[in-house]
Amino acid sequence: MARIGVFTCWCGENIARNVDVEKVAEAIGKLPHVRCSVAYKYMCSDPGQAIMREKIVSEGLTGVVVASCSPHMHLKTFRKAAESEGLNPYVVEMANIREHCSWVHHNKEDATRKAIDLVRMSVAKVLRNHALDPIRVPVTKRALVIGGGVAGIQAALDIADAGHEVVLVERDPSIGGKMAGLSETFPTLDCSQCILTPRMVDVGQHPNIKLHTYSEVEAVDGYLGNFKVTIRKKARYVDMDKCTGCGICWNACPSKKNLSEFDFGMGTRKAIYVPFPQAVPARPVIDANACIKLTKDKCGLCEKKCPAGAINFDDQDELITEEIGAVVVATGYKLYDIGKEQQNDKLAGYGEYGYGKYKDVIDSLQFERIVSASGPTVGEIQRPSDGKEPKSVVFISCVGSRDNAKGVSYCSKICCMYNAKHTMLYKHKVHDGQAHVFYMDIRAGGKNYDEFVRRAIEQDGAQYHRGRVSKITEENGKLIVRGVDTLAGVPVTVEADLVVLAAAMRPADGVEQLAQKLNVGYDEFGFLSESHPKLRPIETNAAGVFVCGACQGPKDIPESVAQASAAAGKVMMMFSRKELTREPEVACVNEQNCAACFACARACPFNAIEQAEIRDRNGNLVKRTARVNPGLCMGCGTCVAICPSKSVDLEGFTEQQIYAQVESLV
Amino acid sequence: MDIGYYPGCALHGSSNDYEMSVRACLEVLGVQLREVDDWICCGATAAHSLNQKLAVALPARNLALAECQGMQDLLAPCPMCSMELIKANQAISADAKLKKEMAEIVELKVEGKVSVLNLIQIFQQVGLDRIKELAVKSLDEFKPACYYGCLLTRPPEALQFDDCEQPSSMETLLEGLGAAPIDWNYKTECCGAGMTMSNEDTVLDLSHKILTNAADHGANCLVVACPMCHVNLDMKQADIDRRYNVQHDMVVYYLSDLVGFALGLDEQRLGVNRHFVAKH
Amino acid sequence: MSDNNEFEPKIIAYVCNWCTYLGADLAGTNRLEYPTNVRIIRLPCTGRIDFNLIVKAFEMGADTVLVSGCHPGDCHYTSGNYHARRRWMLFRGLLDTMGIDMERIHFTWISAAEGAKFQKVITEITEKTKQLGPYEAYRKVCKVS
Repeated sequence: MARIGVFTCWCGENIARNVDVEKVAEAIGKLPHVRCSVAYKYMCSDPGQAIMREKIVSEGLTGVVVASCSPHMHLKTFRKAAESEGLNPYVVEMANIREHCSWVHHNKEDATRKAIDLVRMSVAKVLRNHALDPIRVPVTKRALVIGGGVAGIQAALDIADAGHEVVLVERDPSIGGKMAGLSETFPTLDCSQCILTPRMVDVGQHPNIKLHTYSEVEAVDGYLGNFKVTIRKKARYVDMDKCTGCGICWNACPSKKNLSEFDFGMGTRKAIYVPFPQAVPARPVIDANACIKLTKDKCGLCEKKCPAGAINFDDQDELITEEIGAVVVATGYKLYDIGKEQQNDKLAGYGEYGYGKYKDVIDSLQFERIVSASGPTVGEIQRPSDGKEPKSVVFISCVGSRDNAKGVSYCSKICCMYNAKHTMLYKHKVHDGQAHVFYMDIRAGGKNYDEFVRRAIEQDGAQYHRGRVSKITEENGKLIVRGVDTLAGVPVTVEADLVVLAAAMRPADGVEQLAQKLNVGYDEFGFLSESHPKLRPIETNAAGVFVCGACQGPKDIPESVAQASAAAGKVMMMFSRKELTREPEVACVNEQNCAACFACARACPFNAIEQAEIRDRNGNLVKRTARVNPGLCMGCGTCVAICPSKSVDLEGFTEQQIYAQVESLV
Repeated sequence: MDIGYYPGCALHGSSNDYEMSVRACLEVLGVQLREVDDWICCGATAAHSLNQKLAVALPARNLALAECQGMQDLLAPCPMCSMELIKANQAISADAKLKKEMAEIVELKVEGKVSVLNLIQIFQQVGLDRIKELAVKSLDEFKPACYYGCLLTRPPEALQFDDCEQPSSMETLLEGLGAAPIDWNYKTECCGAGMTMSNEDTVLDLSHKILTNAADHGANCLVVACPMCHVNLDMKQADIDRRYNVQHDMVVYYLSDLVGFALGLDEQRLGVNRHFVAKH
Repeated sequence: MSDNNEFEPKIIAYVCNWCTYLGADLAGTNRLEYPTNVRIIRLPCTGRIDFNLIVKAFEMGADTVLVSGCHPGDCHYTSGNYHARRRWMLFRGLLDTMGIDMERIHFTWISAAEGAKFQKVITEITEKTKQLGPYEAYRKVCKVS
């Protein structure tokens, strides 16, 4: 027998001025099943809630309607109050007679009539509310961080410092990412490795962090709080337990002319190598394609010379599984491929700049390595072609970015800042040199950023030309850069010794396949999609998977670090309880009725609907059915609308409830 | 091989030497040219500068005629013509309404299915191997600067031919025949185009730069595949010399001239003796 | 109905919780006045809305039905509003064939920040429905069947 209590609020004068609250209470009190219908000045106040609680007990209420403000204001308040008296919170509904009535209608008669309708709708609905229990999902308190750049490192350290285990997977032989290869960082001109390597060491030594380098995520199964992740540890051919990192092997290795990935092709490395001296872990790997033993079965010098017997040419890839509760994706970025080869039809190369044709046309990361004190030229700025010091360097902005014709449409965000930085680093080393920057706009919106750019121009004499470059050719060993200065209204030709192209930041290779494994969305450029660009920039639509850093969109180091800590915070929120509780207003399938067409599964934006089998005691298949995973369902109801047989319904907004609301208006 | 042939105004007019060259060369290669009967002007720059519809209608008429006359491939040796024909093809194929409208205007059905080729593409279709088979001379005395100009490779989305920033199709062909094409910086820079009469200064300036750069990079001749470029670089060379007080002495050949030489044809047959700048 | 026997339309609005409902709240907070004819039914997402709900509303006496949700790209559940939109394109044809007066169904995007738009839309729809008159035709069909 339903016993509904209705509590109509005056809200001081806010409702009572335009709605005859007492009349509403009286009219509603006459409806069947309404046990009590009272009005009070301030329902949300302590005495107001006390009235409700008292009535719940004295009238034995089975459902409550509070006619007052928007549910977005106080639904949680009233539900909590009901729960404290032992009434299931999900049989409490609200009728919005303030924002949707008293505040927008001034004819008291009409407004009161409308208010009565609205309350009657809520009573009709609540008669069909089900008592619901919060959904409890166990959570494995181990986090997976994918990507060991500065964002991954920050997230891993934060979570590990909070006392939880972290598995950090990095595809390269060492963590550090792009930041480890930078020379100095804006706007402080801090030495990049100096500020990063202590963090890297912390990660390597942290008792809570399990580091898998030279590894990739192979598969992800499970869901929020209960992931099972398969990781492929690529064959290093070096036994990590035996190796001491002494370096005898890479000194002995005769295979020298391999282009160094860490130096972006500006330098070389051996076949057995540590990517850079401060690598974590400081243990080498063997590049199977460059190793003479592995390709031609000759040499093997490293094995002979290794005092620890750590070389193992029979090494194989290893697959391991880790139990994980939350995933943080921090896969970082790469630069736009400026040369002719592109990875898809929509992006084209920039043949007009001669990258790949002229040795002295390089990109910004390559320039960082040239400037870096620990780089292939030991910090001396040299032309790749002849090793001479360039007296005139041109930096070109927006290569590949902000280009609707053949590049990506977005702004790469950091290039204006690092171009200014590059002109300064150049000038600090080549005092009689001249830096030129061809730009479209200057984007320097961070703290001390604009001052930084002005410093490059005013103190370090960088010449800025507002215009694009149309073509770069080579005459007599000089690069002829033809551009324009739109502010002066003249074409500009610069004879440069070196040209540095600020190529657009793009997501790292392979991120789309990884996103599919995680059920995370990505946009047309491959950047991973956040749940909401403004209010939920760290969460994704896959519950328990978070993103941070450049994989979500172009950004600089401070932003990446901030996002990484935010992601860690989200993970710690998940881990701070024994179980995760979720709102139970989720979808539920009537498995008897379901025809297993799985239209719902296809429509679900959160992949929350599984294809399940129902088997009898002997294991024979009785039927297939759709089944909602309450751990993942976000309660949108798209499945309900799409189901041809109406076999799935949404708690809190069931078919019966909604029809009842409409029918009550007759 | 039997293909349609659209000479355009230039080849029947002041660039008659280009037609001689193309016809002579292709005859040896066994390519039968069937000229489109009753063809009209393609519109060139004038049409698309003034009226979009006219710019489609003029080539559309030619395409319709080609289709009616049973041609599947159409050689248009002038890049301006080939570009206008290709663009009209694409516009008509993509827009059913436009197709209908054009059919009404040109009074013929037009499908937009004819495949329009430029001179380089014809040689590619014949195939380098076949040309080498028929060649009787090596081109090793020639160190050409291959000049593509504006229209052979642009607009890239429409033409989809070669690389628009660093093209190499002419070099590949000529290298195969023994020549030593040089690498230079003005392959796709404008020669001044149709401004020969209306803005002579610009033409002289731009063409002078092209000739200079070619020489600076060691070329002993220039190779073009466009009658307009030929006029600006060859016919106007004397004016350029006078204006800039230099002596370029740079012979400008059509691509078909060099291929013709390789096939054993002489300057007379190819119309080379009608060029303004002669080889010393 | 009001005193001078003027026809007062009955308008039912199915709105999504995250955008239009909040937009209506904002109209309230800003005290933007609009006619009293609309009754809002809160749903988590316009994706929840199917054909039957619209037809039911007419059956229960609505003279006009409004469906309103988040702008494309803004759906709180990512794609619910796209499903609603696609469904709507199909329904349009079906409802039209059934003979339902298409001027009595409206589909809008109103975000949580668009209180003024909510006021405008409700006012316009109410006016329009007043001009169209009560939707007797539909109820006649129902009574017959």
